[in-house]
Amino acid sequence: MGGNVIVTKDIHKVYKLGDTEVHALRGVSIDIKEGEFVSIMGASGSGKSTFMNIIGCLDKPTSGNYFLDGSKVSEMEKDELADIRNRKIGFVFQSFNLLARTTAAENVELPMIYNNTPSRTRAERAYGALSRVGLSGREKHYPSQLSGGQQQRVAIARAIVNDPSIILADEPTGNLDTATSSEIMEIFKSLNEQGKTIIIITHEHDIAENAERIVVFKDGSITEEKSKNGRGVRAAQTVPT
Amino acid sequence: MNFLAALRVSSRAIRSNKVRSILTTLGIIIGVAAVISLVSLTQGANKMIEEQLTSLGGKSLFISPGKRGVGVQENAIDLTADDADAIRNLDIVEYVSPMVDAPEQVVWGNRNWFTVVVGTSPDFVFINDWYPDAGVFFNNEDVAKTENVCVLGRSVVANLFGYRDPVGLTVRIGKDSFRVIGVMSSLGQTSGGRDQDDVALIPYTTFQKRILGTDTLESISVSVASPEDIPAAESRIKLVLRERHKLDKNEDENFYIKSQLGVIDRIFAISNIMTVLLGSIASISLVVGGIGIMNIMLVSVGERTKEIGIRMAVGAKGKDIMMQFLIEAVLLSLTGGVIGIAAGVLGSKIGSSFTGWKSVISPESILISFCFAALIGIFFGIYPARKASQLDPIEALRYE
Repeated sequence: MGGNVIVTKDIHKVYKLGDTEVHALRGVSIDIKEGEFVSIMGASGSGKSTFMNIIGCLDKPTSGNYFLDGSKVSEMEKDELADIRNRKIGFVFQSFNLLARTTAAENVELPMIYNNTPSRTRAERAYGALSRVGLSGREKHYPSQLSGGQQQRVAIARAIVNDPSIILADEPTGNLDTATSSEIMEIFKSLNEQGKTIIIITHEHDIAENAERIVVFKDGSITEEKSKNGRGVRAAQTVPT
Repeated sequence: MNFLAALRVSSRAIRSNKVRSILTTLGIIIGVAAVISLVSLTQGANKMIEEQLTSLGGKSLFISPGKRGVGVQENAIDLTADDADAIRNLDIVEYVSPMVDAPEQVVWGNRNWFTVVVGTSPDFVFINDWYPDAGVFFNNEDVAKTENVCVLGRSVVANLFGYRDPVGLTVRIGKDSFRVIGVMSSLGQTSGGRDQDDVALIPYTTFQKRILGTDTLESISVSVASPEDIPAAESRIKLVLRERHKLDKNEDENFYIKSQLGVIDRIFAISNIMTVLLGSIASISLVVGGIGIMNIMLVSVGERTKEIGIRMAVGAKGKDIMMQFLIEAVLLSLTGGVIGIAAGVLGSKIGSSFTGWKSVISPESILISFCFAALIGIFFGIYPARKASQLDPIEALRYE
């Protein structure tokens, strides 16, 4: 296991809704090592999604610093963030977020379109990624012709096709039944074994249990961290105001 | 994102909404078709006007001695047949005829008629596009031999001979006898009310010898191949005559050249105004078509917010999204442009078969409307495309 791939230092995020300010994050500091499998839990409104958006370079913190692979993401421009999302992060969403009128293979090709991969290489790598998630033979299927579990596999293939170091999954099993959920989790586990850093947001304990480290959010702060290898519960890092 | 990939994405989006895309491009189709067919029809009308003008003397020039609008002039030059020959040697000139005229009595038997006798050369018929419809016109040999032959206008024939055919008969003009060898077709009256058929035409040499007694000319009629040659011909003739009559550089001309150029220019200016006017009215519909494209692009951006969010999440930059939607708009307008050009060409053919006008489809008008359609796509596509590119990825992803 390598060094820290994600380092956040005292991240705050404040939304303005009219005259009122909403503190979504109140000083979050966390280090995630390369190759770690982390679950993030918390009630809705606890700030876990906001945190995920910041980690995924979709959003910027109001204050505090975020380092990804050693580079200071919190000060980057929009286009640089897009580039980071393209090369270093793979997203998996609860509602799959596939393009409807586009085949499985073309969906998987999508991230490669935005880094000028030649079209032949795109097709090869898309087929490769689909076979890694067990969808060989379904490359030409449209999302509507696939089951929920299969659609999520396509989404995972899309997430790994540019070979990012981090995979961010936001409730990846939220729309799936238990059996399919565990299949999907198996894929994440095997990706983790191949060295990918995996961060999963979930509110289901048995899904979270798949991870070696569970981080619990409450009111915009990390309140609880536990590690499966017996080091037990760690106290909250920050004091809520 | 490279251009080809963007093109593929955009064309797929257009194809997946066929009916909507067709309806959207309809505005551009109608606009381009209207511009092409109206411009081609007005240009066809211009051609027709040009032809009509030509038959009204649009190709001819008249050279007279003296200054324009001044009565008797002391230093006016004497125009001679040699001047006419010198002018005939200019390659820009097609026909030249020396002209002399005087009012004279024409007598046949116990009848007489007071008319205008004109001395001229055979070129006269080509310059005026006026031909005899009975008998023949005199030829160059008649001119060279100063023959006593004449060709009569219809009014003279009517007054002297009634319904009798005068060809072959002999009339007296002034003191001399002339054989009638032809009768001109009827021209009718001028707009000023002058009877153009009230004339007797004889060789100018005969006129000079029998009636005038000198070898000077009243004027010289010249015609050129097309109205565009008039200005050049005018200046060349001026040079020749200045040289022949030994005028100094700063000396005024003691002759003048008259043409219908001013009138023709004005008529063309008017028809050009019509072309521009109709063209711009038609291009209003192009602008309306462009607004239609903008409208549908805005709807499309709204509908595809989620798609934009997904693309952004996997690494699309603002300019990638912008390019995608801009290409889509330009593709729509260009498709409309191409179909519109085809419809416009067809429309102008149909229009010309109804009106009997020629339709002149110039490559320029096709090129211009094609470029105009592309510009409209860019102009009206930029706002929706910018709007799409500036979406917040998180909100776009959350959009259902």
